[in-house]
Amino acid sequence: MSTSVRAVIGQEASANGEVVIETRALAKAFGDRPALRGVTFGAHRGELLAVIGPNGAGKTTLLSILAGIRKPDSGTVSRPPGEIGWVPQQAALYRRLTVAENLRLFARLEKVPDLDAAVEEMLDQTALADRRDDQAGTLSGGNQQRINIAIGLLARPAVLLLDEPSAGLDPRQRERLWDFVLALAGGGTTVIFSTHDLAEAERYGQRLLVLADGENLFDGTAPELHAAVPESGARDFEQAFVAFLRERGH
Amino acid sequence: MRWLFVKDLQIMRRSPLLTAILVIYPIAIAVLIGFALSRGPATPRVAFLNEIPAGTPLVIGGHQLDITGARGELCSRIDCVDVSSEEQARQMVESGDVLAALILPKDFINDIESLASLTPSQPTVKVLVNEEDPVKANLVDDRISALITQANLRLSRKVTRLAANYLTLLLRGGHLNLLGQTINVLGLKSTQDILEAIQPELPSGSPFAPALQRVITFARLARQNLNLANPLLSSIAHPIQVEKEVVSGSPPSLDAFAISVAATVTLMFATVLLVAGSLALEREENAFTRLTRGLVAKWALLTEKIALGIALSIVITLLMLAGLSLFVHIHWGRFPLILAAIVAGGAAFAAFGAAIGAAAKEVRASSLLAFMISLPIAFISLVESGTVSPTLYDIIKIVRAIFPFGPALDAMSGGLDAAGPALGLPIIHLAILAAAYGVLARIAIRRFA
Repeated sequence: MSTSVRAVIGQEASANGEVVIETRALAKAFGDRPALRGVTFGAHRGELLAVIGPNGAGKTTLLSILAGIRKPDSGTVSRPPGEIGWVPQQAALYRRLTVAENLRLFARLEKVPDLDAAVEEMLDQTALADRRDDQAGTLSGGNQQRINIAIGLLARPAVLLLDEPSAGLDPRQRERLWDFVLALAGGGTTVIFSTHDLAEAERYGQRLLVLADGENLFDGTAPELHAAVPESGARDFEQAFVAFLRERGH
Repeated sequence: MRWLFVKDLQIMRRSPLLTAILVIYPIAIAVLIGFALSRGPATPRVAFLNEIPAGTPLVIGGHQLDITGARGELCSRIDCVDVSSEEQARQMVESGDVLAALILPKDFINDIESLASLTPSQPTVKVLVNEEDPVKANLVDDRISALITQANLRLSRKVTRLAANYLTLLLRGGHLNLLGQTINVLGLKSTQDILEAIQPELPSGSPFAPALQRVITFARLARQNLNLANPLLSSIAHPIQVEKEVVSGSPPSLDAFAISVAATVTLMFATVLLVAGSLALEREENAFTRLTRGLVAKWALLTEKIALGIALSIVITLLMLAGLSLFVHIHWGRFPLILAAIVAGGAAFAAFGAAIGAAAKEVRASSLLAFMISLPIAFISLVESGTVSPTLYDIIKIVRAIFPFGPALDAMSGGLDAAGPALGLPIIHLAILAAAYGVLARIAIRRFA
């Protein structure tokens, strides 16, 4: 990790207060191929952190380690997986169960103390209370993704991981989804999301983590990424991102 | 785990096709097997052409035999379709209306009667068969051969009995009807008695004394030796007698075995398909990773699926046995043993299904794989020793030991019928298989996400 990136982490931490999750030198390899090389970062309460990078950069590996699905070869994560909500890219729910049955099942498995209250709260948050008795498979992709996220929130985690949450959604569904996520962050939940959509990352990510070949190349805001490649002449964020990667040899 | 179990039941309830199959399948199997067992084999339709002139008696050695009764008995064993010509019989066989045609030629009675004469000729019946279908051809051969063998046996008994009567007449004397006249036959015993009475009356030194003595000796020896002819003739009527000794195994009744096969096949398909599909569904719904991220241990998830399989196997198999009990007698007094057999079989099949589901990862692929593996194994497991080469049977024994069908069938037979195999070994075998397939499923599930 470069000195400038370390400096950015320090600035953010001081600017936003409490760091709710922090990684130290996370490394993971699949056979001879390294997927993560000493990734270190921290995220603050109520922060929206976008993890971006080209294909094979290690975004999903990073999120799956944070979620406790994979174990790192080395390095540490400050918060145990049980305290982190995880929302996989494709809706992980039972399509033959109703919306309420899905929420109730996962709330039971999460051992949520007040089951009914938690389910009602999630139905309110997802604005799907009127469809509570509909089978999840009959809902649109966007609504299924909202339930998917709601399931990840049942245990009221301080940190929520979203793996490409808007993949496969149409623009209207995507907008609704981000309204929902922004409201979560506004309520104090730290949201770490991976995405291929750079416009989405620029718009919603308060901070960006750029990974390439498992290496953490950048940790800062979108304007800071622009500023990191002043000679490139990039007219928009996407051009700046490509120029940044090229400059770093990717 | 309890909530996962409830969830799976809810999903099953919401899958009308699956639920319908799970209910209809055992009932359909029960009805099919029940009909098959309760109605027995169908009587084959055979065209019957009798060219013997009406009213022709069958007389052997002066004794008239009941040819009408013989025809009635024959037609009670097969479904006789009377035809008027050989051409009609041939057409019916060719069209498949009848399995075969049996033709008694007009000189059939004369040929049978000639058997008791000095110039016997071989009585022959004509059989027309359609051997396009090898299975049907075998069936016809077996049925017709059995009928002809029985007819031959009856005829030989009559001829033997007649010959025995002649011998008795020769030994003891009596009356013989020949060409409408009654002839008095002296018999060897009376001959000997008369000669022995005459012998003391001969003068001493009579030249006839030695000759008379020789005749008396001949009469005595002939009588003694011909006495042995009766049992000899009886043995000709039954030249080979079967003395059966069971040296190993005490098989259950055929009905009980058929029920066991039906129950085990039902148990196998329902349990393996359901568990394999249910486990694969966790992955298809993307729920597996979410569940095993800390909410449920992988072992617990597998255990839940196996428990689901056992619960379902109990319901389905008992449903099938209840359906079958409408047709055949089920020993419900053996319920605890039946239940033990179902639970053990269900556990092994469920673990087997879990291994398939974990390996296949997709519901459709797991269903296909379950069918492709289960069906041939069930067939192979039913192959009996002596019907294939020893090397092949050794391989079959290994297959039976590795897969749950064979021991599950033994357990089910033992549970249903006191004459079946002991339950202990098959249940231990099934428990070992359940554990082994559980471990395999656990290994396969590592690459499941």
